[in-house]
Amino acid sequence: MNEPQVAEPVVGRRAGSAFGTAREQGRATLVGYLPAGFPTVAEAIEGCRVLVDSGVDVIEIGLPYSDPVMDGPVIQRAAERALANGFRVADVFRTAEAVAAAGVPALVMTYWNPIERYGVSAFARDLAAAGGAGLITPDLTPEEAGDWIAAAEQHDLDRVFLVAPSSTAQRIATTTAVCRGFVYAASVMGVTGAREQTGQAAPALVERVRRATTVPVGVGLGVSTGGQAAEVAGYADGVIVGSALVRCLLDEPDPAAARRRLGALATELAEGVRKR
Amino acid sequence: MAPQHGPGESGHHPTTDGSTARGAAGRPDDRRAGPDAAGHFGRFGGRFMPEALTAALDELGAEFDKAIADPSFVAEFDRMLREYANLPSPLYLAQRLSARAGARILLKREDLNHTGAHKIRNVLGQALLVKRMGKRRVIAETGAGQHGVATATACAYLDLDCVVYMGAEDTRRQALNVARMRMLGAEVIPVETGSRTLKDAINEALRDWVANVDTTHYLLGTAAGPHPFPVLVREFVRGIGDEARAQALELTGGLPDAVAACVGGGSNAIGAFHAFVPDADVRLYGFEAGGDGVETGRHAASITGGAVGVLHGARTFLLQDADGQTVESHSISAGLDYPAVGPEHAWLAETGRASYQPVTDAEAMAAFQLLCRTEGIIPAIESAHALAGALRVAPQLAAELGREPTILVNLSGRGDKDMETAGNWFGLLDGAEVRS
Repeated sequence: MNEPQVAEPVVGRRAGSAFGTAREQGRATLVGYLPAGFPTVAEAIEGCRVLVDSGVDVIEIGLPYSDPVMDGPVIQRAAERALANGFRVADVFRTAEAVAAAGVPALVMTYWNPIERYGVSAFARDLAAAGGAGLITPDLTPEEAGDWIAAAEQHDLDRVFLVAPSSTAQRIATTTAVCRGFVYAASVMGVTGAREQTGQAAPALVERVRRATTVPVGVGLGVSTGGQAAEVAGYADGVIVGSALVRCLLDEPDPAAARRRLGALATELAEGVRKR
Repeated sequence: MAPQHGPGESGHHPTTDGSTARGAAGRPDDRRAGPDAAGHFGRFGGRFMPEALTAALDELGAEFDKAIADPSFVAEFDRMLREYANLPSPLYLAQRLSARAGARILLKREDLNHTGAHKIRNVLGQALLVKRMGKRRVIAETGAGQHGVATATACAYLDLDCVVYMGAEDTRRQALNVARMRMLGAEVIPVETGSRTLKDAINEALRDWVANVDTTHYLLGTAAGPHPFPVLVREFVRGIGDEARAQALELTGGLPDAVAACVGGGSNAIGAFHAFVPDADVRLYGFEAGGDGVETGRHAASITGGAVGVLHGARTFLLQDADGQTVESHSISAGLDYPAVGPEHAWLAETGRASYQPVTDAEAMAAFQLLCRTEGIIPAIESAHALAGALRVAPQLAAELGREPTILVNLSGRGDKDMETAGNWFGLLDGAEVRS
């Protein structure tokens, strides 16, 4: 961040601003996921730019991890490829910086151990310095998150925790109380991956979250088409898409063709969240 | 498990012999009474899991607390152990081995249990809990297949559906155990992701559990993972140490100078140690799989050669690189070939109550052979690590105490399953000359 040629550090936006803008426009926010370093750091950054150009409002940057227990086969394979290609944790800052420079909030979605290993406070400092917006933590619940919540406060970062259809009312209350940016509602009981249906339980879960908090609610797990995005946009503040986007890159060996597929799907999803 | 007890207090759960040994008056030790209500052993343990599993883990903990306080549950568990699993296992004074060791060696014969290892205690306890919770489907992970076989056994016995996740690499290496599990009616699913070994089987079992948690219990095979598993598994296997302590008093008129056990995930060791933790004069030794030697990087010694982090739901020692990515473990013993360790062991190590040392493949195999030749007992290679460690510390203890020490070794399993490995190691399969 202190290189002389950079006139000013990137000041990244926080997720709440994107949700606010979408709300003013009478539509849902589109959150798109891509893993950092997949297939390479530079290509992942290119992929994020494609998402931004296609109308994605918030980018979720996955941090590839050796043991991703919440992820289905598509994201697992992408993470394995990224790690095999030499991804290092510090590469996530470069990726966040590029997304922030494109004017879109960059949240890092990460399993907890890499953050602990890096140092919770140091990671928060470096992510904030890179213009990142905050963290989504799929295997960290508020009970174990004391250090992270303190570091997020200190560095003004978003902290997105998950709620699930199995969460009790009391847990929804305690979890949403410490969320900032948005609340990630898992639409189904299961791992990431495209599904025919996004889950009967999701509307009821969103309703329960709304009773507990005014923080916006994003719904993820299973969304892969514009139609599904429109359906979720009908009851949630945000639509989160991961595996379907990753698959565009995973299935297509030619990078330019992969980016075209990615752009086309992102455009379809962006239209979807405007059709609520 | 003691959600109703804070650290420093002692619980009074009935043991499998109907007594209430834990926390008996006059033997206070806060290191024995853990964890706290959220599953923390000091800074270790806890619960790092997807929110989707929180409700199920809470329910499991609450149901376990009720069950263990329910005399009918305890009586049924005790009956199954006695009538079905052949428990309590004997404590055996190994005279010829003792003469070689320069120490009086007492072997806790868990190798004589049904299915050939201590693991039957845990699977019967959890399977009985599954029945109590009204669930019908059980999933489990397995490395070499021992926990999978034990789980399939308990599920056949208690009429539960059983699915076992096993790394694809392991299904090839342990084809016989795959056949065993299928023979017992279990479905075995090879896992093709990651390193295709135990840790990936655990990942896949967790993914299954998230999707099917309403109907399914994850029968975890060791005293690791998210709260309440470390304490739940400990309470089901603690009979090892409870029995051995009473047996040692009866057999020798006193407590042993040391208790030795092998440590992978750590269930047999925590089961052996638990009763002895308040006995300040009893040294506790956990022997980790040193593989080719900790200095080579090819080992599974999480405490000796790892660093503190989070894996599979708990904060503990694990093998990881500078970025916190899990590093693959290596051991000749499939049952110890896991890159982390149960959180209570991490805590016992940090507080100094137990000492953890690595034992190499070569040391373990030498002890394996020695027990075969001196006692006519073929141990599991896992258990041979404990034996090798006991042989190593025996002269140190003798010097320290100025007399012949008594060392209680948990012989956690039998070695039938390891004959191919041993045959290759010692060159017995092709008629080649015997090593060492």
